[in-house]
Amino acid sequence: MPAIISTGAYIPYYRLKREEIVRAWGGAQRGEKAVANFDEDSVTMAVEAGRDALHGIDRQTIDGLYFATTTAPYKEKQGAAVIASALNLKKGVFAVDFTDTLRAGTNALRAAVDAVKAGSAQRVLVVAADCRLGAPGSEFEQVFGDGAAALVIGKEGSIDLVSSYTHTSEIIDQWRLDSHAFTKKWEDRFVATQGYLANVSEAVGAFMKQQNTSLKDFNKVALYAPDARGHQEACRMLKLDIKTQVTNPMFDTVGNTGAAFALLILVAAVEEANTDDKLLLVSYGDGCDIFTFHVKEKPAMDKERRGVQGYLKAKNYLSNYEKYIRFRKLMEVESGRRRPPQVSSAVVIHRDRRMIYSLNGSECTSCGRAFFPPQRICLYCQAKDQFREISLTERKGKLFTFSKDELAQSLDPPVIVSIVDLEGNLRFYGQMTDRDPDKVELDMPLDLTFRKMGEAEGYYSYFWKCRPVR
Amino acid sequence: MRVDAIKDKVAIIGMGCTKFGENWNMSVEDMLIDAVYEAYADAGVETKDIEAAWLGSVGSAFTGETLGRPLKLKYKPITRIENACGTGMDTLRNACFGVACGLYDIVLVAGVEKLKDSGYAGLPEFFFHPVYGQGFTAPGRWAMIATRYFQTHGIKPEEGKRALAKIAVKNHHNGTFSPKAHFQREITLEQALNAPTIAWPLGLFDCCPTTDGAAAAIICSADIAKSFKDDYVLVKGFGVAMGPCLGKEDIDYKYDHLPETEAAARQAYEAVGIKNPRKEISVAQVHDCFTIAELTEYDALGFCERGRAVQEVEAGTFTLEGELPANTDGGLKAFGHPLGATGLRMCNELYLQLRGKAGPRQVKNPSLGLAMAQGGHPGMLLPVITILGCRD
Repeated sequence: MPAIISTGAYIPYYRLKREEIVRAWGGAQRGEKAVANFDEDSVTMAVEAGRDALHGIDRQTIDGLYFATTTAPYKEKQGAAVIASALNLKKGVFAVDFTDTLRAGTNALRAAVDAVKAGSAQRVLVVAADCRLGAPGSEFEQVFGDGAAALVIGKEGSIDLVSSYTHTSEIIDQWRLDSHAFTKKWEDRFVATQGYLANVSEAVGAFMKQQNTSLKDFNKVALYAPDARGHQEACRMLKLDIKTQVTNPMFDTVGNTGAAFALLILVAAVEEANTDDKLLLVSYGDGCDIFTFHVKEKPAMDKERRGVQGYLKAKNYLSNYEKYIRFRKLMEVESGRRRPPQVSSAVVIHRDRRMIYSLNGSECTSCGRAFFPPQRICLYCQAKDQFREISLTERKGKLFTFSKDELAQSLDPPVIVSIVDLEGNLRFYGQMTDRDPDKVELDMPLDLTFRKMGEAEGYYSYFWKCRPVR
Repeated sequence: MRVDAIKDKVAIIGMGCTKFGENWNMSVEDMLIDAVYEAYADAGVETKDIEAAWLGSVGSAFTGETLGRPLKLKYKPITRIENACGTGMDTLRNACFGVACGLYDIVLVAGVEKLKDSGYAGLPEFFFHPVYGQGFTAPGRWAMIATRYFQTHGIKPEEGKRALAKIAVKNHHNGTFSPKAHFQREITLEQALNAPTIAWPLGLFDCCPTTDGAAAAIICSADIAKSFKDDYVLVKGFGVAMGPCLGKEDIDYKYDHLPETEAAARQAYEAVGIKNPRKEISVAQVHDCFTIAELTEYDALGFCERGRAVQEVEAGTFTLEGELPANTDGGLKAFGHPLGATGLRMCNELYLQLRGKAGPRQVKNPSLGLAMAQGGHPGMLLPVITILGCRD
């Protein structure tokens, strides 16, 4: 029986208080939303959620990687391939992108469950991430948040899939054209009543009838909704007990995370579930996907895993709305006369792909000393071509030395130039992200995170940075 | 290393240097012509006397043609040298080999850099890896040694920053006596301390400017030097040490001293026979691309015990009136830093000081002078040291 083996989440470090958006455009909204850092996108967030879910799991056992998003960095080029490289998954992994619908996350989950059921995959990592934009001043700008969720689906796990159901329907309620940056929608009441509410009502009703069960049988309901009001209306309509039965959809803390949203709420539901609980997941977007789960035993959280609860706690506020505008490149902002962006090279990135994506260093098989980037000749014992590759991504470290570079070009100066002494007696040299420059100090604990480095030559380059341990 | 292969074999008989600064109306060729012709006049030679030439430039030259074309050095051997900020100094060193081995009697050495045509603040970035090590600048990389140096040696950041500011104040003061310096204006300690941050802990006045300029030397076999000039200056020895250049990657590189510079200094002192550099060297030009470079170099060159440079700065050891004056013409900080010209500018200052021709910044009775230019940054350093002395 397909089951959830493990869950993971990623919520970016930064939050934007909605009152900051109100300051710019007026209106009234409460709470805050999660905002990707300038060096994050749906691919980097998916990597983070994937790492969270993979703690304690042998990555070589993963033979499927399904990436769901509506904000893939590329129209033509796979996001899952980047994620598989950064997660150091095996070459034979079946990597797929699910996209173009808010239901992409649960579409990927359905496909994973079916693959495991059919026996074509042993373990599938489903990662969903989104980083959508509402036009400045729009309601969507207030509602949308950034984040990612991950599930490892396999044959044996603590949370069994009991049943699944899908219903597809076509309606022009909410959309984003190929050539548009911002999501648009039709008039509010049409969208709410004929889109979301009508679909959820019809699909849930049909599903309960088919399974001969009732909503009262579920201990936890992870219910997608476009916004807080829609969520309340749906709960009322379905006669759910909001206080005890419904998992908090995090509108006040994270926002609607698009294709990742339903799975992120599911991960939160799993984190608060008890043994023998029955879970219901309902997503929406051009139809509905419904799943039910049985929690055979309350999943033990690996201590390294942060999950939704961990990531909700570790946060910092963007100082103002203008910084959000800058991070998302919504305005052209003067950055001073600096040298033009570095010329990149697809050849070098290809040649060094294991160093760049998997952060592989070398360990000398003659003297045992380790090094990053990999060295053909050992600095310590001069042995030539006697090394094995080691991945550094999950190592922790301490800040050995640093500078706060105001001259270096960045969307968020200063660049914290960092030398990090890592576990295993080796060093990482790079930039520090998700940091408060005033709190950077020697010997502070750090770990590593996968980030977007630049857009030179018209493509995205990715690499690892260090960040204060959250 | 055969130390007798160079010592006292090569003489400097003429030097020239353009005004350093924002030379908006001068091209690379203009600056080379002016520096070289000044050196010609000083040595009493002409283009026809030059047997071979060496040109140093980091990014303003192509081949030796950048020197040969403007000067009309027809059918002569010309070599271009590039070794980052150590370029000018290494150009002189390589030219000295040509003379010391007896192949040439008279050769021309020139260094040039045109930085102000770029239109960008700071240095242009040279090609590095597309992702690894991206987004950092020269001050950012040098600042990393300040952070750790202060910590290891028990220096509070504010004490460290004050010592750095004092170096900037000293070099600006010395620059006021140098008519060719980029900056010829005093600054106060408060100005230096309160300046905007460039790369913490380095502020604006901890950083040298980006500068245009050229410098040149005429060198010859010591045997014939006297026929050109009575007060020629002798090349005593060199030290060059390219480190493993993996400090940022090597966990054993501690960022509280400069092992590369220490190695270069050992070579140079052995070549010249110097046992106590603090006592034997009369005047020094050190590479103050950033004030933290000058501070850590005092330790590395053996001018004081490791970790003691802050106290020596506070004691005024390196001022014009101090025990071991350093950067007497203002250094990179005030005189400016056109990369390929810098090493030769430093030698020009020693050439003036050793001959008693340094005017209001003249130090008393110097006999040995040290000049040190270094390329790169801590963990990836290329120090080049030249020691010059008065003729016997």
